[in-house]
Amino acid sequence: MSLYSFGLEPLSCHAWNKDRTQIAVSPNSSVVIIYEKKGNEWAKIHELTEHSGRITGIDWAPDSNRIVTCASDRNAYVWTLKDKVWKPTLVLVRINRAATFVKWSPLENKFALGSGARLISVCYFEKENDWWLSKHIKKSIRSTVMCLDWHPNNILLAAGSSDFHCRIFSAYIKEIEDKPGPTAWGAKMPFGEMLLETKDCGGWVHSVSFSPSGDHLAWVAHNSSISVADATQGKEMTQLTTDRLPLVSVLYVSPTEMVAAGHDCCPFQFSYKGPGSLKFVKKLDIPKQTSRGSMSAMQHFRNLDKKATDDESNELGCLHQNSITQLCIVSGTKAHVDKYSSVGLDGTPVTFNMAPS
Amino acid sequence: MAKNTLSSRFRKLDIDEFDENKFVDDHDEAVDNQGPDGAEIDNLIRQGDMMTAFHIALRNPPVNTKNPAIKERALAIVLRVLTSFKSSDIEPAVKSLDRSGVDLLMKYIYRGFKKPSDNSSAILLQWHEKAFAVGGLGSIVRVLTARKTV
Repeated sequence: MSLYSFGLEPLSCHAWNKDRTQIAVSPNSSVVIIYEKKGNEWAKIHELTEHSGRITGIDWAPDSNRIVTCASDRNAYVWTLKDKVWKPTLVLVRINRAATFVKWSPLENKFALGSGARLISVCYFEKENDWWLSKHIKKSIRSTVMCLDWHPNNILLAAGSSDFHCRIFSAYIKEIEDKPGPTAWGAKMPFGEMLLETKDCGGWVHSVSFSPSGDHLAWVAHNSSISVADATQGKEMTQLTTDRLPLVSVLYVSPTEMVAAGHDCCPFQFSYKGPGSLKFVKKLDIPKQTSRGSMSAMQHFRNLDKKATDDESNELGCLHQNSITQLCIVSGTKAHVDKYSSVGLDGTPVTFNMAPS
Repeated sequence: MAKNTLSSRFRKLDIDEFDENKFVDDHDEAVDNQGPDGAEIDNLIRQGDMMTAFHIALRNPPVNTKNPAIKERALAIVLRVLTSFKSSDIEPAVKSLDRSGVDLLMKYIYRGFKKPSDNSSAILLQWHEKAFAVGGLGSIVRVLTARKTV
């Protein structure tokens, strides 16, 4: 478990490079800052300042070493490293509202962008004209797209939206890839085809995650619930309502276990083993060992009088001191995650080790 | 004084109704519940069988109906049951509910808070404390985010 504070501003989003020596973060503004690990400290090495609106999504493609950023200024840029400087390329996403989320596909030949324009923009690079083009998925989406996740087959895309539904679309682009084989979600996959639409989840869908095999889809909604849809069991959905504050980010860490975090400021582990069997496993944060110095009786009563409590500490009993906004895999694959990182409104990314279970 | 003599009929028009991007909730084909049966509940309260009255009151909640009269009637019945409970009986009653029952109870409690009567707030606060102990913050979040309210 390690923790490093990048300042006081909340971190909207973060992404790691391939060998996890660099991290790109955005401190709730229109710039992206890249830090490099130097020993135990993180040093700022780059600042990416092309956007004019608040950055809402960053994703770093590990193999091709490209960064894609999207912001509330309705733009997305793909950054490539040339002569140790990151150069931006504008992507024609053609949206008329803010972008909310961006993610590279597993093969890194395209990326998906969610937006407040009620559509998903799937963007790919066209070599003849040397620019990034986009295709829109609009069908059935009736409100802002809040989160996206790619299926391991590089074709299917899950999207959670603030119209209380979670959907799976096909993002098959015939110009750049071969026709995909059938999956457990469906066989016919022309571009924009909707393969799954969940019923009303009860709240905005904050985050979605495919399982490592792609047969299960987990999502968290604003009504403090976590749900899983199972393609192998006829797309049956199982929902677990928790007695905590809403979760806003979910990540599969093994074929059956997932980690979710949100406004309770610490990650929780959940387990899905089959329809109807979605369970809370445990809280994943080690509470801080607050050393209570000895207090005189006078001090004790004075505190009770002034603050109505004799508890001296004013910190939460967990590593993060404010809501967590995003979880990201640091080491391992989705099928077996060893470490994952979380950023939140307290400006401090924390890396958690996944205990073997 | 000068008066605007042009027609002001347009001011009665709700422009948002004509917005083609207006969000409409999914039309739910679920069964239109009519709410609990008032007479049956009255009988049970008179007999002193509070637990059964409580469970029946929470059955068939009118969440899908758009008719406010049905909702008002159901709310009145549930509040009558809740206020007739003895303080010591509240905890076992809450413990006898499942997860969705606790969420539904929380919805009724908050609706009861909205229109306080003479001494309803005190007993509702006791109900709230016990329901919160079981349902946690999640049950209150679900009251806030629910599109289909009781």
